[in-house]
Amino acid sequence: MNPLAQLIEAALFAAARPVTAEELVTLDPDASLDEVRAALEQLREHYDFDGHGVEVAELGGGYQILSRPAFAAAIERAQLGGRQPRLTAAMLETLAVIAYRQPVGRAEIEEIRGVSASGVLRSLQERGLIEVTGRSEGLGRPLLYGTTPLFLELLGLPDLSNLPRTEELTIALQPYKVETAGPDDESAAYVAADA
Amino acid sequence: MEHLSEMTASAPPTITHPDSPDAGAAPASPEAAAILGSLGFVVRLEAFSGPLDLLLHLLREEQIDIADIPIARIADQFLLAIKHLGLNQAADYLEMASRLVRLKVQMLLPRNQDGEEWEDPRAELVRRLLEYQQIREIAHWMAGAAERRALRFGRGYLPPPPELPPPPLTLDLLDLLTAVERVVSSILHPVFHSVVARPLNVEGASLRVLSLLADREEFVWTEALGPRPSITDVLSLLLALLELAKRGQCFMTQPAVFAPLVIRRESSRSAD
Repeated sequence: MNPLAQLIEAALFAAARPVTAEELVTLDPDASLDEVRAALEQLREHYDFDGHGVEVAELGGGYQILSRPAFAAAIERAQLGGRQPRLTAAMLETLAVIAYRQPVGRAEIEEIRGVSASGVLRSLQERGLIEVTGRSEGLGRPLLYGTTPLFLELLGLPDLSNLPRTEELTIALQPYKVETAGPDDESAAYVAADA
Repeated sequence: MEHLSEMTASAPPTITHPDSPDAGAAPASPEAAAILGSLGFVVRLEAFSGPLDLLLHLLREEQIDIADIPIARIADQFLLAIKHLGLNQAADYLEMASRLVRLKVQMLLPRNQDGEEWEDPRAELVRRLLEYQQIREIAHWMAGAAERRALRFGRGYLPPPPELPPPPLTLDLLDLLTAVERVVSSILHPVFHSVVARPLNVEGASLRVLSLLADREEFVWTEALGPRPSITDVLSLLLALLELAKRGQCFMTQPAVFAPLVIRRESSRSAD
């Protein structure tokens, strides 16, 4: 591995959370973003092909060194690693609505799920999986919710575009799409999949 | 289908977990089965995450096409199901029930003969059901993703500390006093509250009452106070009166509500 890849390995080892490529660039004043990405790729290959118990995972907008799934049972048995409490069905459904429709207000979530959402919204906020992203222009200016990087981290996703696409389904959800228009055109990110 | 024949019979079907159509839903023991049977209808409330979930479950049980829901039958089944739900959650279900009943009525209305303008009243419900079904799919996928993620551990895991009982307190008087000294010395301007004995004179008040009673059959309690009584004078008198009344050396009556107390030598009953 080249020195930059070694530096990145050390940094990812030291950090207890996903580190973005932008943060990794600040490690070395001479390194460019492309060089950092190349070094990350080198590190990933090193772990993957040289027989390591860990891997470079891309999740929550950053990179993190994680143990391989094959060793999960043994690590848990030895109580060297633990998992967070599972999400309830209500939490998962609410997260699904928010992930695909963000920014979204409580009324819309309740309309889709058919049940009151205030309790589950509070617990999701407490767990840091959603956050208030603004207020709607509508009557009463209700709060709007969006998912956090921690949500992506929990699901092990690099970003929202890794959620399953719903275009092929018949119902008009508004799936997240990779922005193709200019950065000012916010509506382009949310396209109705009304077929 | 089996369920359809059951539906026509008097015994209503049993609603069980939506994700375990047959095997997992069976009652654990014959006794439990008997109890469930006698109840006729059992809804495992926690198995459903809302009225749409319950509705989808009913449709799945009956193998009904979402696009062509027999509203009347489903509405009846839904009402039957929520009858057994706890009240705390029932509000959301009741709202759906009222929608279904309304739809049922709308379906009974005669349609225009030309048939062109008839708008299926079920369309909105179908849209919601499909939408909800999609959310369920996504939620299911997300649960799987979280499960896969949980198999990989990052650094920085701190095991929850074992809960230890608080150690027994071992100190003697000297330790306690030095601790007090340490705390007090750290206060810049310690405020010491001086405790003074209360200057109540219950004994004097008792004597005054008794001497008044020696002269007169009865008097109003304020007469036992001096010209400008202090609050301690009043308190002393009240305590004295209570003490004397307890001992039976005087009797107190109150002629009317909020009226001043009248002190008598003998109880009013014997005086009458």
